[in-house]
Amino acid sequence: MLSAHMPPVRHIKPRGGDILLLVGTMKGAFILRANERRKKWEVGGPYFPGNAVYAMNYDGRSGRHRIWAGPQSMHWGAVLRSTDDFGRNWTNPEQANVKFPEGTGAALQRIWQIAPGRDTEPNVLYCGVEPAALFVSNDSGKSWRLAEGLWNHPQRAHWQPGGGGLCLHTILPDPEKPKKMRIAVSAAGMYVTDDGGASWRPSNKGVRAEFLPDKYPEFGQCVHKVVQSKERPERMFLQNHWGLYRSDDRGESWTDVAHGVPSDFGFAMVMHPEDPDRVWIVPLESDQFRCAPEGKLRVYRTRNAGKRWEPLAKGLPQKGAYETVLRDAMAIDVLDPAGVYFGTRSGKLFGSPNEGKSWSTVVDSLPPIVSVKAARISRKNK
Amino acid sequence: MAFVFMIPGPLRELAGNRGEIRVSGDADSISDALSHLWERCPAVRDRVITELGEVRPHINIFVDGESIRDVGGLRAPVRDGAEIFILPAVSGG
Repeated sequence: MLSAHMPPVRHIKPRGGDILLLVGTMKGAFILRANERRKKWEVGGPYFPGNAVYAMNYDGRSGRHRIWAGPQSMHWGAVLRSTDDFGRNWTNPEQANVKFPEGTGAALQRIWQIAPGRDTEPNVLYCGVEPAALFVSNDSGKSWRLAEGLWNHPQRAHWQPGGGGLCLHTILPDPEKPKKMRIAVSAAGMYVTDDGGASWRPSNKGVRAEFLPDKYPEFGQCVHKVVQSKERPERMFLQNHWGLYRSDDRGESWTDVAHGVPSDFGFAMVMHPEDPDRVWIVPLESDQFRCAPEGKLRVYRTRNAGKRWEPLAKGLPQKGAYETVLRDAMAIDVLDPAGVYFGTRSGKLFGSPNEGKSWSTVVDSLPPIVSVKAARISRKNK
Repeated sequence: MAFVFMIPGPLRELAGNRGEIRVSGDADSISDALSHLWERCPAVRDRVITELGEVRPHINIFVDGESIRDVGGLRAPVRDGAEIFILPAVSGG
């Protein structure tokens, strides 16, 4: 009776070399594919209809074609599920796979981030959740454990939830240093481990907390998104709850680079897969009005590491477009030129196959979009 | 003692595709009766109960027509032959 009223589900038929877009919405997940021209998109889904899907990711390591999703049912809670055939069949674990151990006094609210580990550790996965915590799997997602070093951090009791909840939303394993990793929590700021997760220290030097009496505290910042270069890991960018920053020392200190943007408030941020000087953001008016400034939907890009930001609006609505783009609703692919994609809370998915030079609507009527990830299917493992 | 659990549609896949499950065993409370259901259908447990051992906020459990929230929660007594409904609340997707 209850499960009979579900929408029909379409599936994509991907090929090697295709670009995938994994789109999480408040009402389910969608999987899109296009060939390298990225002009015409095939849409699969909705998967997990009625569930909020804040986290998706693709794991193509070790010849896998695995898509992960963290659907959250208002009724039945959140679990991690995966598919090895692009959505036709999903795992449905008997026991919740990401769950707080007894004694923590916590219950999982939402899965915010799923992040594959380094290429050199193909069976490692990370998962960031609300209430803010990091979970780790060393067996390709079969089992998960709470990262207790972070959970037991003495500052955790002072962390405050942002508008979306007290969420761990960014996970950055250092590309070169296997024991180093950064995470970001709203609103606690960034924390870094140098010993594989045993201990963590706050790492927010120079990042402003506009909403606190002490504007530059050790921790407590509302960091919205952080990106790190794989080619030059010392180069990072950060979109803050007011503030746009660059680091050239692996996140140990941050410099304000909000030059020429209409607002330094925003959520989403992506970096070019190879060039650490190129970053894309979507500024929003303010924390009180989290919509595109002046009703003009504009992506801003820097090509010189934040010295200057340029608007990219060709093909985007420029009148009455009070759109909101959330922290995980922007993605970039690995092609040259890179494709950039973002989704709005009004359910529009935009894409550019040329790094933002021009945009077009990929899908215009999805449920509210909360996450977008891009991936390329390898050619040899079709 | 014996109980009949009525399983809602979205959970039937995790309960052997059954909408009605009969369990038996001693039970002083609804919590005890649910424990017998978890033994039969372990996959249903985490969808109904949080890590803190509480019924998820948007799930209702009715015992003989009464919501357990009105009669003492999981500690509410349960009679032999009780009919127990697990139902999603009106909120949702």
